[in-house]
Amino acid sequence: MSRKILLAHGSGGKLAHDLVEKGFLPAFRNPLLAKLDDSAVFEFKGRLAFTTDSYVVNPIFFRGGDIGKLAVCGTVNDLAMVGAMPLYLSLSFIIEEGLPQSDLEKVVDSARRAADEAGIQIITGDTKVVDRGSADKLFINTAGIGMVAEGVDISGWNAKPGDQVLLSGTIGDHGIAVLSQREGLTFSTELESDCAPLNNLVTEMLRASSQVHCLRDPTRGGLATSLNELARQSKVSIRIVEDKVPVREEVFAACEMLGFDPLYVANEGKLVAIVAAADAEQLLAVMHRNRYGRDAAIIGEVREEHPGRVVLKTKLGASRIIDMLVGDLLPRIC
Amino acid sequence: MRFIDEFRRSDLAQKLIARIKQKALSPARFMEFCGGHTVAIFKFGIRQLLPPTIDMLSGPGCPVCVTDNSDLDKAIALAQLPDVIAATFGDMVKVPGSHSSLQKAKAEGADVRIVYSTMDALQIARENPSQSVVFIGIGFETTAPTIAASVLQAEQEKLDNYYVLSLHKLTPPVIKALLDSGEVKLDGIVCPGHVSTIIGSSPWEFVARDYGIACAVSGFEPIDILLSIEMLVSQVEDKAPKVDIAYRRSVRPDGNRRALELMDTVFEPCPARWRGIGPIPDSGLKLRREFERFDAELAFNVDPGPTYEPKGCICGHILRAVKTPMDCELFATLCTPEHPVGPCMVSSEGSCSAHYLYGAAYEP
Repeated sequence: MSRKILLAHGSGGKLAHDLVEKGFLPAFRNPLLAKLDDSAVFEFKGRLAFTTDSYVVNPIFFRGGDIGKLAVCGTVNDLAMVGAMPLYLSLSFIIEEGLPQSDLEKVVDSARRAADEAGIQIITGDTKVVDRGSADKLFINTAGIGMVAEGVDISGWNAKPGDQVLLSGTIGDHGIAVLSQREGLTFSTELESDCAPLNNLVTEMLRASSQVHCLRDPTRGGLATSLNELARQSKVSIRIVEDKVPVREEVFAACEMLGFDPLYVANEGKLVAIVAAADAEQLLAVMHRNRYGRDAAIIGEVREEHPGRVVLKTKLGASRIIDMLVGDLLPRIC
Repeated sequence: MRFIDEFRRSDLAQKLIARIKQKALSPARFMEFCGGHTVAIFKFGIRQLLPPTIDMLSGPGCPVCVTDNSDLDKAIALAQLPDVIAATFGDMVKVPGSHSSLQKAKAEGADVRIVYSTMDALQIARENPSQSVVFIGIGFETTAPTIAASVLQAEQEKLDNYYVLSLHKLTPPVIKALLDSGEVKLDGIVCPGHVSTIIGSSPWEFVARDYGIACAVSGFEPIDILLSIEMLVSQVEDKAPKVDIAYRRSVRPDGNRRALELMDTVFEPCPARWRGIGPIPDSGLKLRREFERFDAELAFNVDPGPTYEPKGCICGHILRAVKTPMDCELFATLCTPEHPVGPCMVSSEGSCSAHYLYGAAYEP
């Protein structure tokens, strides 16, 4: 029989120590974590970016990733979206009693691989185990710290009329990949989540241009919600062209079937950049050279009139407003 | 994606629009019956592309929206019974009844499950033999055959814990009721696409023959809708109303015989109450006597209490096409998709929701 996580694994006693020493330390090996003091201590000089997030994805394993990879990538991306170079991460596991240890090992392993790719160190963490039914398999909470280089000022408040809107690739891959594996809604697709760390892409973009004004990763709520946030923060309008927004055939088909709009479906490895028009083409070329920006496109522009609005030019040449996501995405009934 | 991309082609759309503009000389008022059409028209911005002579109204073709409050209350009361699992399509859960909604009942402990097919509801019944599964059957002729199929399947399997609350509605009688009321003057109707896939286009012939109103059955892609509008314009200009089909890849004059047989085996017409419109004879479907044991209303005698209409909500008027969401004082202020007052704001096919989401008030 496979070994299961027991309540005692979170008790602070012998089993808990074993889990840390055999499960976490070897995977996340680094000197700051290995000291196992109550806090990790490190030197720092300069501007810091600090972020936190929690991950409760269901199912915890999906095509293209799992909750461990998602937790690392999601936190790294939040740091990258303010132009920070990610340095350190915390990982806290809240585990439902009875989770197979092998599942935890898989999650830890993919978290490690994502951290390695992003070049970030996991320097502190925690484990709690709760009674069966008090959590759903596994939740992960993270915090991340990154360094913001001198002169870097990237914020949702910085979009200016005339700027161009760049999108790093196809939208909706993550949401549809996860949804396709939900209980009661299994449909067959080879589609993978786009879950990926974007910090290297951002570094390359910032090296190429000092005119990147805003960055945002369109996660929950999708591209439409991110663009609305940016338009409201910067008090500008954003006009995008439906035909320019890349959508995979499988995502498009699933959305048609379920009554969703890809503009509102979640992504975990995409970014929107609002940049000065003069640098847009050059930045697009830089994005195309990175594996996570291969399908990047210029999808629209920033305008002055109607501040706070996002307008879509439809395939037929008409215009309509795109609002933030309201409520949950529910399938249509007929 | 095949069967979709072709029907969204911009060059074809431009040609159709040019033809419509050329033909539409006299003012004409058309109604799209289906909520699905309303959504597509707003989503693709079709109203902006039509000549000023054409006025488009949204009709009552949203099954969630036309469900009367008393029926909603009944569904909620059933869901609240102990040992009952209520299975429903997604849009229903948020619709507020007189006192509660399925969503609220669920939060208070009722077992409400969203299903994507009636067969999922049967599966829940198989897996929970000690509980009763009530399928809340709303919808037009499009969904009724799938519910009929579930009843026949349950009978074959001798599943004795599966029930249906039949709130189905039939579409030709409501069109007749709207036209008879004389409240709205119409020159043409964009007839329902999915409904007509089942019932065929011939049930609409009375509209052209008896009322002199142009008819065109349409699909849900922009090219389908533009083609149907062009057909309506031609009929109006030629003063020759008839029933055209702009959705030939799905609709035949006689419909889908197999689906109709299923529906007829299990259900028979009955009077039904429509929100905002009132009772219409022979516009609902109830289980035939042979299938009475599946009837949730007979099996569980629930009394949902008195019915209240939400104050200030004009969904009823909007469903009759005598008012638009813009005429409603609650629209986008007190009534939003997050806090819906009436069903037209909840349903993904509701007029208010389409106006809200796709910014019909926006002039580019």
